Amino acid sequence: MPYVPHTTADTRAMLEVVGVDSVEELFAEIPQTLRPKSFDLPAGMSEMATRAKLEDLASRNSTNLVSFLGAGFYDHYVPSAVDALTMRGEFYTAYTPYQPEASQGTLQAIYEYQTAVTRLLGMDCSNASVYDGGTAIYEAVMMAVRQTKRVKVVISETVNPIYRILLGTYTVNLKLELVTVPHVDGATDFAAMEKAVDKSTACVVVQSPNFFGCVEDASALFAAAKAQGAVNIISAYPVMASVIKTPGAMGADIAVAEGQSLGLPMSFGGPYLGIMTCTKALVRQMPGRIVGRTTDSQGRTGYVLTLQAREQHIRRQKATSNICSNQALCALRCLAHLCLLGEEGLRRTASASIGNARYAAGKLAKIPGVTVLNNGPVGNEFAIRLPRPAQDVCLAMIGRGFVPGFPLGRYYPGLENCLLVTCTEKHSRRDIDILAAWLEDEL
Amino acid sequence: MFPTDLKYTPSHEWAKIEGDTATVGITSFAQEQLGDITFVDLPSVGAQVTQGSEFGSIESVKAASELYSPVTGEVIEVNGALEANPELVNQEAFTGGWMMKVKLSADPQGLLDAAAYEKTAVSCH
Amino acid sequence: MSTVFTKSAPGREGVWPKQPEHDLSDLLPAGLIREVPAGLPSLSELDVVRHFSLLSRKNYGVDSNFYPLGSCTMKYNPKFCEDVAGLPGFARLHPLLPQLPRGDELTQGALEVMYESERWLAEITGMHDFTLHPMAGAHGELTGVLIMAAYHADKGNKKTKIICPDSAHGTNPASAAIAGYEVVSIASKDGIVDPDALAEVLDDEVAGMMMTCPNTLGLFEKNLPKIVEMLRSVDALLYYDGANLNAVMGKMRVGDAGFDVVHLNLHKTFATPHGGGGPGSGPVGVCEKLAPYLPISRVVKDPSGRFHLRYDYPKSIGYVAPFYGNFGVVLKAYAYMLRLGREGLIKVSENAVLAANYMRKRLDDVLEVPYDRICMHEFVASADKQSHKGVRALDIAKALLDKGYHAPTVYFPLIVKECLMFEPTETESKETMDQFVDDLRDILALAETDPAAVQAAPVTLPVTRLDETAAARNMHITEDM
Repeated sequence: MPYVPHTTADTRAMLEVVGVDSVEELFAEIPQTLRPKSFDLPAGMSEMATRAKLEDLASRNSTNLVSFLGAGFYDHYVPSAVDALTMRGEFYTAYTPYQPEASQGTLQAIYEYQTAVTRLLGMDCSNASVYDGGTAIYEAVMMAVRQTKRVKVVISETVNPIYRILLGTYTVNLKLELVTVPHVDGATDFAAMEKAVDKSTACVVVQSPNFFGCVEDASALFAAAKAQGAVNIISAYPVMASVIKTPGAMGADIAVAEGQSLGLPMSFGGPYLGIMTCTKALVRQMPGRIVGRTTDSQGRTGYVLTLQAREQHIRRQKATSNICSNQALCALRCLAHLCLLGEEGLRRTASASIGNARYAAGKLAKIPGVTVLNNGPVGNEFAIRLPRPAQDVCLAMIGRGFVPGFPLGRYYPGLENCLLVTCTEKHSRRDIDILAAWLEDEL
Repeated sequence: MFPTDLKYTPSHEWAKIEGDTATVGITSFAQEQLGDITFVDLPSVGAQVTQGSEFGSIESVKAASELYSPVTGEVIEVNGALEANPELVNQEAFTGGWMMKVKLSADPQGLLDAAAYEKTAVSCH
Repeated sequence: MSTVFTKSAPGREGVWPKQPEHDLSDLLPAGLIREVPAGLPSLSELDVVRHFSLLSRKNYGVDSNFYPLGSCTMKYNPKFCEDVAGLPGFARLHPLLPQLPRGDELTQGALEVMYESERWLAEITGMHDFTLHPMAGAHGELTGVLIMAAYHADKGNKKTKIICPDSAHGTNPASAAIAGYEVVSIASKDGIVDPDALAEVLDDEVAGMMMTCPNTLGLFEKNLPKIVEMLRSVDALLYYDGANLNAVMGKMRVGDAGFDVVHLNLHKTFATPHGGGGPGSGPVGVCEKLAPYLPISRVVKDPSGRFHLRYDYPKSIGYVAPFYGNFGVVLKAYAYMLRLGREGLIKVSENAVLAANYMRKRLDDVLEVPYDRICMHEFVASADKQSHKGVRALDIAKALLDKGYHAPTVYFPLIVKECLMFEPTETESKETMDQFVDDLRDILALAETDPAAVQAAPVTLPVTRLDETAAARNMHITEDM
C-alpha cells in the first residue's frame, strides 16, 4: 500500500496498544445502517501507470496553438527559478503559519510579498492573498459596504464580465443594489459612473486597463466619488501596473488584481492569486491573513500573523470574511517572479507586450473591413470589429492552428463581430504577421 | 474591588454619570479577560448610541469583543489617546482607559452597582 | 535574515526579456505613465535563489518534519502528483479555450479529468453530483450555503437561520453569516451534538445545520440518524464539513448517512500540498434534489464519450469561481485517487484512525484526554493538569518545535480547556510516532520539574517567541521604501 508505512507487525503492535483485535473494531461506532451502500471504484495503479494515463490525458489538450487569447489571463514568460524555488518541500508542504517560530520562511515571504504588491500598485497595505482576482473584487465590495454601511455598488461594464457575474452570485441574498454602467465602444463611461454615484453609494468599481484593453485614468471619478463618501475600488493588471499610472496615484482606496500574470501557469483557470491591497484607513476591514513584523524575546526581527481579531477563527460569524486557506504558494511564486525579473525586467515585459499589441493593432487595422473598436490608449490588448461574426472567424483560424483572440459576443450582446486580441512579450513579429495574413484570408 | 461611584452592565462596561453626561469604559475584569488590548474601535463624535446596543469593538491578539453602550444619547467626545495607546485600557481601565462621553437623552435603566456587578462578574467565571 | 529588498543593487540584471523596441513614451500618453518606479528589487538570479533557499530552511514542512496538526491532515504529498500538474498539456491550457467555438474539443483531456474527479468524489461520498469550482474549504462552505439558500428560495421557504455546533470550525459560522444567515450555536454534550439542544432551537426558520463528522474532537456523531430525522421534519438541510473525511472513506458515505451538501478539502484528505496556507480546493457535493442549484459551468459526457461544458442550468447559483476551480490542485488529487484506488482509499482511513488511537493510548496516562474512548482520525487532549504548574498547552507546543516536530493544533476546539489536538495521519510510521511520544513525555516530565524550561521554548529555532501584541499595535506590514 503506497504512502502507508505500517508493516503487518507494526499494525499488530498498534492494535494491541489500542486494545482492539482488528482495525474494523475501531469503526464500531458507525452503525451498520450508515455503512456505504456502494464503494465502487477502480483498483489502484502503479505510479508509472498513473503518470502514463495522465500524460495521455494531457496530450488530448490543444496547447500547441499560437494563441492571442488573454482577457484577464495571460501567457507571460515565467523564469525557471520560480518553479525550482517554490517546489522546495519546506515551502510547499507547510501548513498555514500557525506556529511562527517554525514558519519564518513562509511568514517573511508573505511580508515581502505584501511589500512588493503594495509598491507595485502604489497602495499602503496588502493581505496575504485571496483566491483570485474575481473574489478579490467581491471582498473589496464587502469591505466598502461594511465601512460605509451603504448598499449601492456602482460598477463599470468594462470590468471583467466573469468577475461581475461572480459578484452577483455572492451578493444575491445581501440586499445590495448593483448598478452596472454600460461601456461606450469599450471605454468606461466615466460621466455616467459619476452621475450614478450618490450618498447611498458604498463604492465605485472600475478596471484599468479595462476588459477591452483600454488604459484609463479614474482619478476624476475617484475624486467625485470620494466627495460623496464612497470607497474607490480598482482592478489592476499587475504587469501593466509597473508602467502605467498606479491605483494609488489615481486615488483608489482598494486596489485588487488577478496575480496570475506574475509567475503562475494558466493551468486551466487555477490556482491563481487574488491580490488585495488598500489604504491604511481600511486595513481592519481586510479579509484573510496579514503578516506583520515584530521582535522575539531577544530583540531579533521576526514575523507573525497579525490583526487576527478580524478573522473567522476568532470572530466566527462576525469575521470580515470566511476565508481561511488562501493562495499562499501562489503568492510566493508571485514574489519570486517579481524578484527574478526585478523592476527593469517587469517594465520590459510590460513595454514589449504593449509594443507587440501596438504592432498587431496596426497590422490588423489595415485589413479591409477590420476596425479597431476604440482608438484610445491601450495596454497589451485591444478589441477589433470584423465584418462578420467573430465566432466564425475564430473557428476558422483555430483550424489553422491560431487562436486569434476572444470573441466578445459571449459577454457583450451587440459585439458579436468583435474580437479581443491579446499580445505578450512571448509573441514574435512573425506570429503577428501570420495572424494578420491568415485573418485577411478568412475574411 | 470595583469603584463604587460607577454603574455597570453585565457585559462589563462601566458608566460614570455626572449630571446629563456619562463617561463610558470597560471594567478591569473585562480587560483582564481579553488580555493585551491592541485596538479599540470607537464611534465618531455626534453619533447616537442606545443603551444595550453596540457602540464599538475591542481587540486583543487572540480575542475580539463588541462594546455595548450602558447609556442612551449623543457621543460628545471619544478618547483619542486609545488610538496610539490602546494599552491604556489594560493599565487604567477606570480612568485613562475611558472610551467615550455621552450626553444623555434618557435615564439609563437597570444598571448594576459595584457590589451587584462584582457578584455577576464573579459568578459567571 | 534581511529582506529581499535590502539586497537590491540598482542596475543588477535579473531574468530580463530582451530590450523592447519602443520607448514607453511612444506607446502611452504621458499622463497615463507611471511617475515613480515601483521599488521592486534588482537582483541576480543567484541572489534570488539563495534568498529563498535560506528562507525555506526557516520552515517546518511535512517533507522534513512530523506535522501532527489536528484537523489539518498533514499527510505526505506524493511527488509524482506535482509532475502531473506541471505537464505542459495541463499547465499551459488557457481557461477560456472551452468558451471558444467548439472549444470543448480543444480541452478533452482536462474536461475528462474534471468529469472523472467528480465521479470519484461522488462515489466516495455517496453524493449525487459534484462541483469542483470552490477554491478552498471555506469557499466550498459558502458555495454549499448558497446552494441551500437557492433551494429554499425556489421552494418558497422563508428560512433565516443556520445552526452550528459549538465545536464547529470558525469558517462554518462565518460562511453562513456572509451568505446572509443568522447563526445559531448549540452546545455539545459528551463531546457530540446533543439532540435535545438541537430540539430547543429547531423551528421552521432553520435553513440547515452544518456538521463535522467525525467532529473536531475526533468523535463520531452517534446521534446522526436522529439529527437527520429532526432536520427533515422542518425541511432543513444538513451540511457536512468534509475537513475530517480522512477518517471515514469506505466506512461511511455522507450521502448514505443523510447529508444533503458536503464540501471536501482536497488539500487534506486527497494529499495535495498546502503550500504554507494554500492553494486548496474545496469541491462541493450535493444530493439529487440540490443538483439543479450547483454552480455553472458543469461538465457532462455525451453518449459518444466526448466531454462538454454546459451553462444552461436556469436554477444554478451562477459562477463561484472565474472558471473551473483550482484545476491544478484537482489534478493532483485525481492522480492520487487513481494511484490508490478503492482498497487504497479504505486503507487510508483505517490507518489514519489506527494511528490516532495508537497515539492517544500512548499519551493518555500523561495528558488528560477528556473523551478517552475510541477516536477517529484525531484526538483532543488537555494540558489543564499541567497548567496548574504554569505550563500551558502553548508551552508544550513550543517545546515540541524544539524537538523538531510541528506542534499539534492548540486552543481549538474552543470547548476544551488548554486543548491540544493531534492528528498523526496514515503516512507516519510507528517509529516516528514512538519517537514523538517519547519526546512529548520527556517534555511533560520536564514540565513537572522545571516548568520555566518549557515556558522558555523554543530555543533552537531562528527566533524565540515573538511579540504578537507589539505586532498588532505597531502594524509593520510592509517594508518602508
